[in-house]
Amino acid sequence: MNNSGMIEAVSAKFADGVLASHVFRGDATVVVRRESLFDVARFVKDDPALSMNFLMDLSAVDYSTFGKGPTPAFFASSGVAVKPSTQIPDEDPWPGPGYVSEKRGADPEEWRFTVVYHFYSTTHKHRLRLVVPLTEDDAEVDTVTSLWAGANWLEREAWDMFGIVFRGHPDPRRILLYAEFEGHPLRKDYPVNKRQPLIGPLN
Amino acid sequence: METTPKPETMTAEVHASGLETRDMLLNIGPAHPAMHGIIRIVAKLDGEQIEEADVEIGYLHRGFEKMAEQVDYNGVMPYTDRLNYVSPLINNVGYCMAVEKMLGITVPERCQYVRVIVSEISRITDHLTCVGATAMELGAFTVFLYMIKAREFLWELVEKVTGARLTVSYCRVGGVKGDLPDDFAEPCKKAFAETRKVLEESDQLLTRNRIFTDRMAGTGVISAEDAISYGITGPFLRATGADFDVRKDSPYAVYDRLDFDVPVGTTGDNMDRYLVRMEEMQQSMKIVEQALRDMPPGPVLVNPETGREIPAAEMVDLAKMGDINAFSGGCAVAGPTLEGSGRAHQPSIATDEKRVFLPAKEDAYGNIEGLMNQFKLVMFGHGIRPPNGEVYFPVEGANGELGFYVVSDGAAHAYRVRVRPPCFAIMSALEHMLTGDMIADMIPTFGSVNMIGGELDR
Repeated sequence: MNNSGMIEAVSAKFADGVLASHVFRGDATVVVRRESLFDVARFVKDDPALSMNFLMDLSAVDYSTFGKGPTPAFFASSGVAVKPSTQIPDEDPWPGPGYVSEKRGADPEEWRFTVVYHFYSTTHKHRLRLVVPLTEDDAEVDTVTSLWAGANWLEREAWDMFGIVFRGHPDPRRILLYAEFEGHPLRKDYPVNKRQPLIGPLN
Repeated sequence: METTPKPETMTAEVHASGLETRDMLLNIGPAHPAMHGIIRIVAKLDGEQIEEADVEIGYLHRGFEKMAEQVDYNGVMPYTDRLNYVSPLINNVGYCMAVEKMLGITVPERCQYVRVIVSEISRITDHLTCVGATAMELGAFTVFLYMIKAREFLWELVEKVTGARLTVSYCRVGGVKGDLPDDFAEPCKKAFAETRKVLEESDQLLTRNRIFTDRMAGTGVISAEDAISYGITGPFLRATGADFDVRKDSPYAVYDRLDFDVPVGTTGDNMDRYLVRMEEMQQSMKIVEQALRDMPPGPVLVNPETGREIPAAEMVDLAKMGDINAFSGGCAVAGPTLEGSGRAHQPSIATDEKRVFLPAKEDAYGNIEGLMNQFKLVMFGHGIRPPNGEVYFPVEGANGELGFYVVSDGAAHAYRVRVRPPCFAIMSALEHMLTGDMIADMIPTFGSVNMIGGELDR
């Protein structure tokens, strides 16, 4: 199925759950409400036209400092955009990280994280990305461990690095860092040079 | 989420014979001689059988994803070398192609062939390491030495191309650092002849070896459904019979023009994984030979306009004195690590996009436009600036799908770089594969996982 077909299929099934969708550089993306994430995930896995049997990747992005970098855009100042390649479809530009709040009509500051799921189907050989926006004080989303066993470790990593809670996760421990580690290092407010106190050996 | 560790209970029960039996907790690792990689497995044993295995990773966590947000796009390249340090060139290629997808640029055809060639050579070195180390851990030390010998021949090829053996940093966003050396096909042919000999010898030593097959066949079994559910890709998945290969199913670079087979297994045990890897090495050599035959010819080193070669250091001196005429139109001969990056090579190895790729050294030294171009790309606060966006780009790494998810907010450094490391998925299934097996089976199973700490822990 092509990109627009996949987006159409998910949007038609979940009219309320889908907040936005776009195709940027040939990557189909559907932005879904947190409440509908599990149902959408189960749908894309079980629907024969989509049959996303692979959860290729699960990660998160902290959008709290998006576009607030210290330097002006070189491409913007030179007045020319990089010429698009003929091989990479770009019929639909990226709507930016504000795409969720625009649809909601809410303050862009309201949400901070997105959890990003990348799916792949071996039967149809197509890929789909699901994005779930989350607010800072309620960064919780349902686990998809019951659908893909690989989600177990991926969700543990998202918790470890971003502090996103996966409700109903069977083994909610840190994975790459140790249990005594304070904070979540891939959050934008975690300083890159921060030191953590040494902990003694555990016995 | 609560971060309390799993309760490690010891259960004791009274056997029918009146003797008390209890499970034993065995702690393997983090540094154990029979495991190539720093990892801890807490196994709960019933006699010699593994009842439960808690796999603990993260000992090599270096904050790759955090660091990638701090430096400019090309500055990430040395970090990608250290993800999978057995096949660093595939990581280079994957990261570059993800950023290029974001920028919307493509690289010249010859450059794509160069990337395919170096990726496939890396794949062979990776498989050689994996199979060799597994064999060594099962007692076949000779095979390990043979395979490391073959890997050495291939690393010599890599050294000829990149100037380094391990930390290559060969690719650049929008191209590669330098063209292949002249008559690269010749040393390639020799190295492959040696590798083929080694593979044949290893095949004779291992494939029908009773000790080897007894320990490999039927151990570490995983079904295709389970493997897909865990997100396992690469030779590990193909050993179960599923034929997913990124090079075939979402082809990148010029893989769709090359003729190669994807070997698949049937049972998904350690033996099949060994056989799949052995065959993949043959296929990779086939790919490299085709690519060398088919790739468009590169330029001759000497600039045909003037036919003059000027050592780069001499050119800098001339430029400092303002003697432009003395070297204009000439061709810079840089040190061995910059070989193939002169002006004559530029059109065939780098994209025609000045805002992405550094100018040739002749231009950087020789004219103000080139100098400005150079500084616009390397100065702090400047550099490559992709438009806002998010892209995911997968390549076929030696262990499976290696994906880069990059988010850009228009700044000179990536907003977020996420790596999908292929062996992360395989390691998450390790517990599933070990449970029910004997403790001695842990060694071949773990060997065939080919855990690479660099990409697993990032």
